[in-house]
Amino acid sequence: MTVETTELSLPSRIETVAVAAAAVAEFVSRSGISDDAAFGIDMAIREAVTNAVIHGNSEDEDKVVDIILKSSPEAVEISVHDQGAGFNPNEVPDCTAEENLLKTCGRGILFMRSFMDEVVWFVPPEGGTTVRMLKRR
Amino acid sequence: MAELNISERQAGDVTVLDMSGKITIGEGSVALRTAIRRLLEEGKKRILLNLAGVGYIDSSGIGELVSSFTAINKDNGQLKLLNLTQKLQDLLTITKLLTVFDVYENEAEALNSFK
Repeated sequence: MTVETTELSLPSRIETVAVAAAAVAEFVSRSGISDDAAFGIDMAIREAVTNAVIHGNSEDEDKVVDIILKSSPEAVEISVHDQGAGFNPNEVPDCTAEENLLKTCGRGILFMRSFMDEVVWFVPPEGGTTVRMLKRR
Repeated sequence: MAELNISERQAGDVTVLDMSGKITIGEGSVALRTAIRRLLEEGKKRILLNLAGVGYIDSSGIGELVSSFTAINKDNGQLKLLNLTQKLQDLLTITKLLTVFDVYENEAEALNSFK
């Protein structure tokens, strides 16, 4: 199996979440990864794009969400980049702490970390935030 | 076709919402919020969500369930969940929300629990 790469650039609106999920599902189905892994990737991409659209780009349609998908013999890797002010995941309260259980947000990061094997956030030189997620075969 | 279909029925003083589809950011979450707000406005405060047909929920949908739970409790009502799919049960386990929600696999048992 060779390395396959697909790149997407999508507008910052809520509908983009479903568009990105559909594109990733199609990419993942070609990669031959298991159904369980595909479910996890679907959960993770939806949460990552939701964060990019809402928290990163503040639904500003002048900004885009860039997605890079890579499939290799070892893993499927997904990067989601926004053009926001930057993001520190360590500043997000633990949504499983008793005092936060009834908060309505903050669970997306937990789902990304739960369903993917590696999740890292970083600020690239051009600014914004990139989250890179890896699902091993 | 709507992302989330909700049909309402009455079982005594408990309102059962049979739901099917997806509770995700946007349409699905909004449909759930709208349905719960309407029930509270109508004074229907004992609500059982039958989630058997909900095959997919994201963090926004989970947040909407929590928001519904809080709004109903604040109005001295009760919200309970029925027929979680395995995936939804897994998500509520990960988020530790199984300790918050009253969850049932049997409708008669769920209805009796409101008494």
